[in-house]
Amino acid sequence: MRRVAVVGVGETNFSGPQEKTSVELFAEAAAEALAESNLKPKDIQALFLGNALGDFTEGQGSVQAFAAENIGCFNIPANRYEGACASASMAVRDAWMWVASGFYDVVLVGGVERAASMGTPLATRTFAMFSDSRYEFASGLTFPAVFAMLAHLYSAKYSVPLPKLKEQLATVSLQSYRYGMLNPKAHLRKEVTMEAVLSSFMVSTPIQLHDCCPFSDGAAALVLASEEAAKKLTDKPVFVIGTGQASNGTLANQQEYLPRFRSRELSAQRAYDMAGLKPEDIDICELHDCFSIASLISAESLGFFDFGTSGEAWMKGEADIGGKVSINPSGGLKAKGHPIGATGAGQVYEIAKQLRGEAEPGRQVEGARIGMTDTLGGDGCTLVNMIFQRGW
Amino acid sequence: MEYKLSFKEYNEALKQKKLLGLKCKSCGAVTVPPKMVCRSCASPDLEVVELKGDGKIQTFTTCNVAAEGRESEVPYTILLVELDEGPWIMGNLVGVEPEKATMEVLMGKKVKMTEPSVFPGDKYSAGEGASPAFVLEA
Repeated sequence: MRRVAVVGVGETNFSGPQEKTSVELFAEAAAEALAESNLKPKDIQALFLGNALGDFTEGQGSVQAFAAENIGCFNIPANRYEGACASASMAVRDAWMWVASGFYDVVLVGGVERAASMGTPLATRTFAMFSDSRYEFASGLTFPAVFAMLAHLYSAKYSVPLPKLKEQLATVSLQSYRYGMLNPKAHLRKEVTMEAVLSSFMVSTPIQLHDCCPFSDGAAALVLASEEAAKKLTDKPVFVIGTGQASNGTLANQQEYLPRFRSRELSAQRAYDMAGLKPEDIDICELHDCFSIASLISAESLGFFDFGTSGEAWMKGEADIGGKVSINPSGGLKAKGHPIGATGAGQVYEIAKQLRGEAEPGRQVEGARIGMTDTLGGDGCTLVNMIFQRGW
Repeated sequence: MEYKLSFKEYNEALKQKKLLGLKCKSCGAVTVPPKMVCRSCASPDLEVVELKGDGKIQTFTTCNVAAEGRESEVPYTILLVELDEGPWIMGNLVGVEPEKATMEVLMGKKVKMTEPSVFPGDKYSAGEGASPAFVLEA
């Protein structure tokens, strides 16, 4: 296996409903990534594109082929990845594997989604398609409902009384809003108070509106290259040093593990093992905070904090810049936004910018050398973790 | 290989308030809803059994925002119930006002199965699906 580097990254603003098409959004991100890499479309050997809901957002299947032709990557192999909210992370991991194997030298990877443009009712319906449609959707399951049930279970299992847990969860959201304010590409850029979080609309008990990430439109793109090719393209390669992926099925069947996901723990361990690293080696982590409770569950499963204690850690600033591990200095899904098919590539965009020292003042993690991504699709159905290292 | 319990067979039985599961002849674990193999040891050597529908609430939520087409159902309460036979199953709680559905009232409480609700299906769902429904034990 060859070493593989991220040599260029690009990203649109993440936003609410907007009028650019999916191929237009992806073109914007791809052009930025190609320009950073000093490459032309003809230099790209293949495209790996995350897109979960194009069929529903604009009636467009196979968006990868149209996206490739649109930017001048004529007739290259183009693959679409659907792993719900982890679609783009699957794409990045597969692209990494094709380059690591020696089959390709330079590929384009990314994701695009118009989740906001669908509107909340259809978005809620289609996101529910990432749960068990035959055996669990009949009960009225929605995505907030999945994490709402995990929140009650977390409270009971770890003996964190619900009012205390709610305060911890609000703290998680407030930290993300604070960094969203400093990220010009973030979807939600607003000051929010603890009082506003705790008095917001109750979506699914005990999850309130400010515990939820938004549905966003947006795209992100990366160029991956073999180490040899990367040397000619950039003096700041960001190496992919560990990857892991795992799956699980029906939510109720994860009974031994909930509120944890076995898929995440397997995926993360594979990434750590490949990198030869431990949780304490990670300087910065972009983790999958689709709901505030999801942040706690993720941070514990990734090994940053003991089970049942990460809410306390957030309240003490241990998950903040300057703490034990800097979590979601982009604003996370909560504030940066969640264009689901693009989210994983957006996380890698952030890690690359951070490791290169190019994040905005106030949210740059000084001296960050090792970064990690954590992307969860569905109710744990697809989990992808990746670890990146500054290459200079 | 013989597929022991299809979605269609499971769903038809559930509509008649009969909860079917699969008991593993290798490890004894019960799988519900059905799969091709045992959810615990992956053995395909399974027999169809009828479950009592009694269990204990492991977690819950009351949903105030529903998917498109199901808006008129809110608010409703979803449960994960640990059945007496071992497996957890998703279902709905009936007979408790949504505002009274709190951790104190529900967590760990015993429930029994009652008449299921049936989602009639929408343009995406390839037909209907029954959802197990539970009431708190008196």
